[in-house]
Amino acid sequence: MRQLFKDYEVRQYVVQVIFSVTFAFSCTMFELIIFEILKVLNSSSRYFHWKMNLCVILLILVFMVPFYIGYFIVSNIRLLHRQRLLFSCLLWLTFMYFFWKLGDPFPILSPKHGILSIEQLISRVGVIGVTLMALLSGFGAVNCPYTYMSYFLRNVTDADILALERRLLQTMDMIISKKKRMAMTRRTMFQKGEVHNKPSGFWGMIKSVTTSAPGSENLTLIQQEVDALEELSRQLFLETADLYATKERIEYSKTFKGKYFNFLGYFFSIYCVWKIFMATINIVFDRVGKTDPVTRGIEITVNYLGIQFDVKFWSQHISFILVGIIIVTSIRGLLITLTKFFYAISSSKSSNVIVLLLAQIMGMYFVSSVLLIRMSMPLEYRTIITEVLGELQFNFYHRWFDVIFLVSALSSILFLYLAHKQAPEKHMAP
Amino acid sequence: MASLDRVKVLVLGDSGVGKSSLVHLLCQNQVLGNPSWTVGCSVDVRVHDYKEGTPEEKTYYIELWDVGGSVGSASSVKSTRAVFYNSVNGIILVHDLTNKKSSQNLYRWSLEALNRDLVPTGVLVTNGDYDREQFADNQIPLLVIGTKLDQIHEGKRHEVLTRTAFLAEDFNAEEINLDCTNPRYLAAGSSNAVKLSRFFDKVIEKRYFLREGNQMTLSPICWQMFSIWIPGFPDRKRFGGGTLKSLHYD
Repeated sequence: MRQLFKDYEVRQYVVQVIFSVTFAFSCTMFELIIFEILKVLNSSSRYFHWKMNLCVILLILVFMVPFYIGYFIVSNIRLLHRQRLLFSCLLWLTFMYFFWKLGDPFPILSPKHGILSIEQLISRVGVIGVTLMALLSGFGAVNCPYTYMSYFLRNVTDADILALERRLLQTMDMIISKKKRMAMTRRTMFQKGEVHNKPSGFWGMIKSVTTSAPGSENLTLIQQEVDALEELSRQLFLETADLYATKERIEYSKTFKGKYFNFLGYFFSIYCVWKIFMATINIVFDRVGKTDPVTRGIEITVNYLGIQFDVKFWSQHISFILVGIIIVTSIRGLLITLTKFFYAISSSKSSNVIVLLLAQIMGMYFVSSVLLIRMSMPLEYRTIITEVLGELQFNFYHRWFDVIFLVSALSSILFLYLAHKQAPEKHMAP
Repeated sequence: MASLDRVKVLVLGDSGVGKSSLVHLLCQNQVLGNPSWTVGCSVDVRVHDYKEGTPEEKTYYIELWDVGGSVGSASSVKSTRAVFYNSVNGIILVHDLTNKKSSQNLYRWSLEALNRDLVPTGVLVTNGDYDREQFADNQIPLLVIGTKLDQIHEGKRHEVLTRTAFLAEDFNAEEINLDCTNPRYLAAGSSNAVKLSRFFDKVIEKRYFLREGNQMTLSPICWQMFSIWIPGFPDRKRFGGGTLKSLHYD
C-alpha cells in the first residue's frame, strides 16, 4: 500500500481498507486451492471456508466497490456535491442493470436457480474477469518479448538527442519572445487606457467603447501563434523523453543483466508463439482439453521414455508446484502492472477512484483465475471447485478465454508493429 | 521595446499544486479558468519594474518557466527536464498547503534543479538526501509559495502555517501563502505583493549587479571543509547564512 501511495495521500481510510480486504480475500482463495492439493484441514471445513470466502468476495465486488466508485466520482464533480448519495445510488443501479444485461448473450443461464444465487453472480463476474485476463495475457505475451529483446531497439546516438534538445530550446525561445511582445503590448494598453480615462471622465468612457484599440487585435493573432508553438514544444518534449528512454535501454542491454534478459526474451517469445498457436488450434478444431498438462506430461514420459514411477504420488507434488508457480507469477505480474499503471495516471483528485477501480479489477481477475486454474489441476482436485461453484459451464469459459486471448495478441502485434514503424519516420523528418 | 534585459525563474513543484494557475495569475493578473495538465514546460513573461519608485527604476522581463511533472518520474523524463534548468537565476518552489507530501517533495525538487547549476566545489554531493550545506552556499534566490490556502479549515491554519514557516527557513527563503483563484492575495500594496517584488528584485540584483559576489564563494568552501574534518562543527546555517548575506549586500 505504501508503495502505491508514495507520492500522493489517499486520505480516505475506507479506500485503503477496501483495497486490502479485497486483496486478502483473493489470496485466501488461492490458499484454499493449495490446501486442497495438500489435503490440509478437514474436507468439510474446507468446503465451508470456500463458500464463505466466495460469498464475501462477491459481496464486495458486486455491491460495495461499485457503490464507492460512484460515490467518489460524484464527489469529484463540484456541481452535484449536495445530492452525493442520491446520485451515487443512481450510478450503482445503472451499473447493476448493465451487469445483468451482460449475462444474456452468453449460454450461462440455468433456469433452476434464483436471481441472486451465487451461480448467477459468479457467472457474470467470471465473464468480465476472463475477458480481462485474456486481454492482459494477450498483450503481455506480445509485449514481453518486445521489451526484453534488444533486436527491436532503434539506434539512438547522443547527437540525435542534442539536436532534438536544441530544437526544443529554440521553440521555447520563440514562445518567450512572442509572449514578451504580448506582455509589453498589454502594459502599454493598460497605461494608455488609464491616461485616457482620468481626465475625460464620461466622454472618455463613450469614446473607448466605440474605438477599439488596435493592440487587442494584434494580441489575439499572437496568441494563436503562441498556442501552435506551445503544442510543438510539447511534442518535442515527449519525443526527447522517448529518446532518453531508448538510450537507457540500449545501455542496460549491454550489461550482464541486460544480456540475461535478452536471452529470456528469446525464450519467452518462443513460448508466446506456442501459446498463440495452441489457442488457434483450440478454436479451429473446437477442442477443449480434458486432461491437465501435468498428467499428460507424466503420461508422455512414462510412455515414451519408459521411466517408471508412481504417477499418483508425483502428480500431486508436481501439480502443487506448478499451480503455486502460476499463482505467484500471475499475482506478481498483475501487481507490477497495476503499480506502473497507477503511477502513470494518478493525480491528487482521482486517486480514490483509481484505487477502487484497481481493487475491482484485481478481485475479478482473481475470481476468474480460480475458474481457469481448474484446467491445470488433475481430476481429483477439481471436484471441490466444481462443487462450490455449481453448475457453471467451464468449457465455455476456456473457449472464451482462448478467443479473446487470440484477438488481443493479434491486435497488440499489429499495434506494436505500427508504433515501431512510425517512430523512425518521425526522426527522419528534418 | 523587445530589448529589455531578461531574467529566468523556474517554477517547480508537484503535479496539481497549482503552478500553472500561479504563473497565470502573476503574469496576466487574471485567474486561470480551466487548468489542465502541463506537459513539458510552459513559459510566461512578467514585466517587472526593478526598484520601483526610485530614480534607478528599470524595467525587466521575468520569464517564469513552469516545468510539469512529478519527482518520482522515470529517469528519462528527469533527463529531459534537466534541459530547462540551464542558467537559472531564481527558483519559486510551490507546494500545496492541503497536501503534506508536496511540501516534503520540495527538497527533492530543489536538489534536482540546483544540482545542475552548482559550481563544483570538490565536495561529494549525496544523492537525494537533503543536505543543509548545499543550501547555505546557494547563490540562487528561492521563494516558497503555498497554495490552496482557502481550503484549509480555520482551526488548522495555525499549525499549517508554522510548519510552512519551518520549511521556508530550511531553504533560507521567504514564503508566501495564497489562493491562486483569488487575485486579492497579490493586490498591490499587500505584504505578499511586497515580498514578491522583493524576491524579483533580489533575482535581478544577483544576475546583473553583483558580479563581485562570485568572489565570496571561497568562504563557503572553507565552511564545508571545516564541517567535514571536525564532526562536531556547530550548525553554521543559523549564523553562517546570516553573515554571508550581510557580506553580500553592501
